[in-house]
Amino acid sequence: MRGWTNRWRRPRNALRMNMDSALSRFQDGFAQALLAPDADAGLTPEIAALARQPAFAVYRNTVMKGCIDALQANYPAVARLVGEAWFRAAAAIFARERLPAQATLLNYGEAFAEFLAGFEPAADLPYLPGVARLDRCWTESHAAADEPVLAAATLAALAPEALASTVLHPHAAARWAWFDDQPIYTIWQRNRAASQDESEIEWQGEGALLARPRGAVLWAPLDAAGCAFLDACAAGLPLAAASAAALEARDDADLARLMKTLLENGAFARMSSTNKT
Amino acid sequence: MTTVLTAGLGLKPQHYEAALACPAPGLWFEVHPENYLVAGGPRLTWLEAIRARHPVSLHGVALSLAADAALDPDHLARLAALARRIEPALVSEHLAWSTWRGAYHPDLLPFPRTTEALLRIALHIGQTQEALGRRIAIENPAHYLRLDGHDWDEIDFLAELARRTGCGLLLDVNNVHVGAHNLGYSAEAYLDAFPGDAVMEIHLAGHTPDPNLGQALLIDSHDAPVAPEVWALYERLVARIGARPTLIERDDQLPEFAELLGERERAHARLDEPLAAAA
Repeated sequence: MRGWTNRWRRPRNALRMNMDSALSRFQDGFAQALLAPDADAGLTPEIAALARQPAFAVYRNTVMKGCIDALQANYPAVARLVGEAWFRAAAAIFARERLPAQATLLNYGEAFAEFLAGFEPAADLPYLPGVARLDRCWTESHAAADEPVLAAATLAALAPEALASTVLHPHAAARWAWFDDQPIYTIWQRNRAASQDESEIEWQGEGALLARPRGAVLWAPLDAAGCAFLDACAAGLPLAAASAAALEARDDADLARLMKTLLENGAFARMSSTNKT
Repeated sequence: MTTVLTAGLGLKPQHYEAALACPAPGLWFEVHPENYLVAGGPRLTWLEAIRARHPVSLHGVALSLAADAALDPDHLARLAALARRIEPALVSEHLAWSTWRGAYHPDLLPFPRTTEALLRIALHIGQTQEALGRRIAIENPAHYLRLDGHDWDEIDFLAELARRTGCGLLLDVNNVHVGAHNLGYSAEAYLDAFPGDAVMEIHLAGHTPDPNLGQALLIDSHDAPVAPEVWALYERLVARIGARPTLIERDDQLPEFAELLGERERAHARLDEPLAAAA
């Protein structure tokens, strides 16, 4: 049935700019009232009257609950660390400052790590922004485009002399981060996996790789050399330069072992050669 | 092969395995497309696996058709891409707005039903149908607030949208019950006046009293079984307009899959009757 294509006509007057239309004014006022602390805060009399109806709270609560639920779903390791009540109170403050920019709430809270870094009540928890960054890495990896994973055998089949000029392209779902001063990976993965492990954590820099080697997001620890290596690959540098970057980050880096870790964990999608001859 | 959709269920990740394996005849699943507007990954793999076994309906909550601003072209393009990929049996959206001046408010917000609003929404429905290359169904909202400034009765408004754009309607019987209770009109009269020919889909869901206001305000909470009053309204509707694909919505306080399937069976049995009689 395709009759609708013919029957639909563009209303003649609907395309004019509606900045001052009654509907726009209503929506400006209603949106303002949703976030206003009380009914009369700078609202027009009509909107203030609406906001004073007890039922207006249904909309206020649903909007805030939607935002907070989304943040809790997207930042589960942070939520487990601070507890649900603390998390939801912090998320409410974040949501009032920044409503979602789009309806795919999986993507909501991109700035949450940055918010936590400047959030005074979290000052005693300096690892919280790092943990939030890894939660965000998980979400980005989870939703990234599908593409094949570069197999170790493909790389192994290259002639040894071709290796130095080969560029490895990180997989669309690969995310990595290095934290200089804090064991963020251990803290994050214990909470992400709801581990009961409460053994002492050695306070040192840590990094992580998250990717989708076989469908679901998996994670692995990655040291400073590994993160520098992937940064170089992402910048399009060939293996020779990426290896140099790894060694610069850590002069005792074991490059053979690093390559094995990266390939096993689905860090790359494909390779290309910078050698034009 | 033509698949006859009888009663469907909202699809929840917790029930994925059971949903995938369920052999119930006429069963279909509904999802919010916003949860699947991603570039790739397990979510889409999962939805495609369900789609390979069962018809799927895309029930949008965020196109913001009633906002007095252009539709988000990126959102619309991603929705169209998902529809091409999933080939849904039905696509629907709400008579509501949610995105305003770049901010998404995760709710279905009300507005005065003016002619100005009608023209704006008709334009948006037309654009959506054009982008998707198909007819969509528009859902009647639940009501909580007493809004001034309506120029149109809700049923006339929906019928006029259907007339202008060729769109269908999604009749949410629980929304009718909740709105009639909260604002004090007759749910039966509303259902009896609803343009039956345009109804492409029916929704059934549970509601709960407001935690502060109690029975004075019912909330379309989707966290409880379908209430007896709503089943009675559903019977009345189907007796008048005939069988239509019917969804049991449950978004919160999720029970076991088998319990939802039991609720779904009740609607299925009702829908199967006239079909069996006609065969």
